[in-house]
Amino acid sequence: MSVTAAGEPRPVGRLSAIPFVIIAAAIVIAVVVVCAIFGAGIAPDSAFVQRLAIGDLPPSADHLAGTDLLGRDVLSRVVYGARTALVGPIVVAAGAFAIATLLGLLSGYLGGLVDSAIMRWVDFMFALPGPLVAIVVVGVVGGGYWTAVFVLVVLFTAPDTRIVRSAVLKQRPLPYIDAARVLGISKARIVFFHILPNVLPIILAYVVLDFAFALVNLAGLSFLGLGVEPGTPDWGRMLFENRNILFSNPAALLLPAAMIILTAVSMNLIGDWLFERFAK
Amino acid sequence: MTSSGVVIFILRRLAVAIPLLFIISFGVFALVHLAPGDPVRALLGARPSDPATLAAIRTRYHLDDPFIVQYGKWLWQVLNGDLGVSIQGNRLVTTTIKDRLGVTIYLSVMSAVLVLGLGVLLGAVAAFRRGTRLDRAVVMFGVFGISSPAFVTGIFLLYFFGALLHWFPIFGPGRGFLDRGWHLTLPAIALAVSVMAIVIKITRAAMIEELDRDYVTFARARGLSAWRITFAYVLRNALIPVVTAAGLVVVGLVAGAIYVEVTFALPGIGALTVDAVQKRDIPLIQGTTLLFSCFVVLINLAIDVIYTVIDPRIRFGRVDS
Repeated sequence: MSVTAAGEPRPVGRLSAIPFVIIAAAIVIAVVVVCAIFGAGIAPDSAFVQRLAIGDLPPSADHLAGTDLLGRDVLSRVVYGARTALVGPIVVAAGAFAIATLLGLLSGYLGGLVDSAIMRWVDFMFALPGPLVAIVVVGVVGGGYWTAVFVLVVLFTAPDTRIVRSAVLKQRPLPYIDAARVLGISKARIVFFHILPNVLPIILAYVVLDFAFALVNLAGLSFLGLGVEPGTPDWGRMLFENRNILFSNPAALLLPAAMIILTAVSMNLIGDWLFERFAK
Repeated sequence: MTSSGVVIFILRRLAVAIPLLFIISFGVFALVHLAPGDPVRALLGARPSDPATLAAIRTRYHLDDPFIVQYGKWLWQVLNGDLGVSIQGNRLVTTTIKDRLGVTIYLSVMSAVLVLGLGVLLGAVAAFRRGTRLDRAVVMFGVFGISSPAFVTGIFLLYFFGALLHWFPIFGPGRGFLDRGWHLTLPAIALAVSVMAIVIKITRAAMIEELDRDYVTFARARGLSAWRITFAYVLRNALIPVVTAAGLVVVGLVAGAIYVEVTFALPGIGALTVDAVQKRDIPLIQGTTLLFSCFVVLINLAIDVIYTVIDPRIRFGRVDS
């Protein structure tokens, strides 16, 4: 992150202007996406075939990351696990921001009673320990992965609404809004065609950050045995199922753990960079 | 500014906190009915379902009353310190919680000290050396902390410092004050790393803003040492936003403690909650959830009060809180 002097034009659109870490992060995400789409073709072995006779073995030439308690190939399970690591967080980030954008635009532009009502609800959600609510609701209601996704959408909507609203409030006093009002353009048109495009960069940067946060939260629920179905190859679930074989095959824990951190760090870096670059 | 202003402020905050506690208690109460199937079955658990036990449960939870009446009676019992009986082992929920509280408190306090001490220090140093390698390293550490949940950091710490290097014990909560600290070091670090990132980020941003102000230039012109300016003048002002974020820190610690206790197999309230959730022990879930959420609400209330004490602008109503 170099500091540009005042007046110096910021280079836009050139690949060389993108910092090395961001390129590295993008490569990590690209690899995870490829694994999620073509998992079956890439994985060296089946993620489901059990070999109870061999059980948990440390890494070897046959199984590069060893096997788990049921003798399943750990590397293949990590490759397959990319799918639940991407799908849920994408739904959470997109869902939460779709709702938050609507609420934030209404709250920020209309003000008054609508604003107060939405903001009281946001304050209430902020006062709750979100991850605890997720654990208890998913645990008691049941339904696993998709219940977890739904609960996270609800929990994420509140902070996201606050972000969109404050971005809208920054646009409101600008001359172009007054100009649009003087021209007699309808409220709905001002909100969706004039304000929305101007707050969109901020929203997109936060969608990426939300994705990272959702990934970590969903993996956490699976780690507690509450997310994906038993047997599903999932990074969080692997930490839950393999927690007792840290000594016999550490790779069965360290590899999925590293993938969670690597993917989340990459998304956070990209999100922060997008925010610095386009949303400030 | 009179002290009555502070009192009014606190009363206003209480007016928000009390309805909040009611809504939370209602949600916790509703868990019995949220569980799939018949509430009696949910409350029965693995116990034999003879008519006498079923009738006892119906009476105990007032299941024959209308919904709102049930809630009222339940709340009255809770306010009198009666959280019911855990369905596994038939023990009082309050006793079970009391037995487990020590570990969680020790762990949270240890992490909180790490988070606030180290977090503020790292944030301040990064801001002071802005743009240098050190600053970039701290920022990177922050990104790492936000991205790595406590249970993942915990597994790495457990493997490298417990299993490989044998520096720290890998099991149990320890006995006595010092031994417990020794056993809880890795869990406390795992918990602190994820929460510390927030404190580092906010301290650094606030410090950078404060360092650009006129009073800093003036202090420099007077020839005060850089460290004195940083720690005696700038940090004090920069800490105000950190206090605002204290609520986030508390929520982070509470949620993180649940995961860390499970990762390190510690007998605390967090692990108890997860165990109860996995076994669908509704009374126990209600007890721990109520405890955690009331704690978070009350701490947030306390933070608001501290905030008015350290920042007079809030009391005078010049800053929109």
